[in-house]
Amino acid sequence: MTNDRDLFATLPPVDDEVTHRLHRRLVDAANAAGLLDVAYRTLDTPVGTLLLAATPTGLVRVAYPSQDHDLVLEGLARDVSPRILRAPARLDGVAREIEEYFARRRRTFDVPLDLQLSHGFRRRVLAHLAEIRYGQTASYAAIAKAAGNPRAVRAAGSACASNPLPVVVPCHRVVRSDGTVGQYVGGVEAKQTLLALEATA
Amino acid sequence: MSTTPFELVVAEHGSTVLRVCRAVLGPVDAEDAWSETFLAALRAYPRLRPNSNVEAWLVTIAHRKALDHVRASSRRPILTDTLPELAADEDRHASESGLWEALEALSLKQRQTIAYHYLAGMPYVQVARIVGGTEAAARRAAADGIAALRKTLPKGAFR
Repeated sequence: MTNDRDLFATLPPVDDEVTHRLHRRLVDAANAAGLLDVAYRTLDTPVGTLLLAATPTGLVRVAYPSQDHDLVLEGLARDVSPRILRAPARLDGVAREIEEYFARRRRTFDVPLDLQLSHGFRRRVLAHLAEIRYGQTASYAAIAKAAGNPRAVRAAGSACASNPLPVVVPCHRVVRSDGTVGQYVGGVEAKQTLLALEATA
Repeated sequence: MSTTPFELVVAEHGSTVLRVCRAVLGPVDAEDAWSETFLAALRAYPRLRPNSNVEAWLVTIAHRKALDHVRASSRRPILTDTLPELAADEDRHASESGLWEALEALSLKQRQTIAYHYLAGMPYVQVARIVGGTEAAARRAAADGIAALRKTLPKGAFR
């Protein structure tokens, strides 16, 4: 039947222009119909290409390349909704603020956050991370105490390690009590870059 | 529930569904039908069972959306009126205008069975499930359609 299939070789190809046009139209229609549960885009930064994802409530996920963006999107499909489209417009505000942050023109983020991926003690830890001011650091022990459980130093560490919104929720400002940098969800090098950026501002 | 982000569904199946819509409806209405298909699919997607045949599911939705267009366009001036300009715009695909017209001359069922079998790669048993009737009838409709295409298409359209 190969010959019969060749009949359709003259059909015009579905080129990039058509693909983009249809995709844009789908995003607009999905948005208008309230069906765009998760919008995402990527953003190139000094600490690598970040994945940014937002629900209608707010920014729900920031991910480093080392976390594997495909896996992160799969996780969002499972934990939030599979109605996920690459739709940069919803993330324009976040992207602009992150760019300003890396250009040292911004110290705090004003975008709405959706913390639905974080629960219980971990969520309380995230709430306290926002209290560590730009250019400052705090120890895991201090964060555990602030979150209401001074003995949960390890749990405070894993709350930072599972922070769904790194950079924006500043888990990079939490360091070890002995003054060493400690681990980071985006890798130690990224943590050092962020701390150095804030220190020299 | 599916855990594949819908973006990947669009990337993987978008062009096949567009080709199917074009073959059934012609190039003018195809993009509307495609958009309606993927919006409806996005709406229903969280309820799609894991391990479903996603492409067959999409083609089934596209089938219904295309039918809506066929019904609507039966109340409008026919497709060929707009075709010469469109083809003139695209020298690259000059020969395809022959294919559009040849496809349009087929019966709806012939276009559907050809699109679902040859462009979406579905076996006739599945094609029959979408268009109704038996597997043999679907196979016959496609064979008749192909024979008609071979007869009406200018020789240059074959590769």
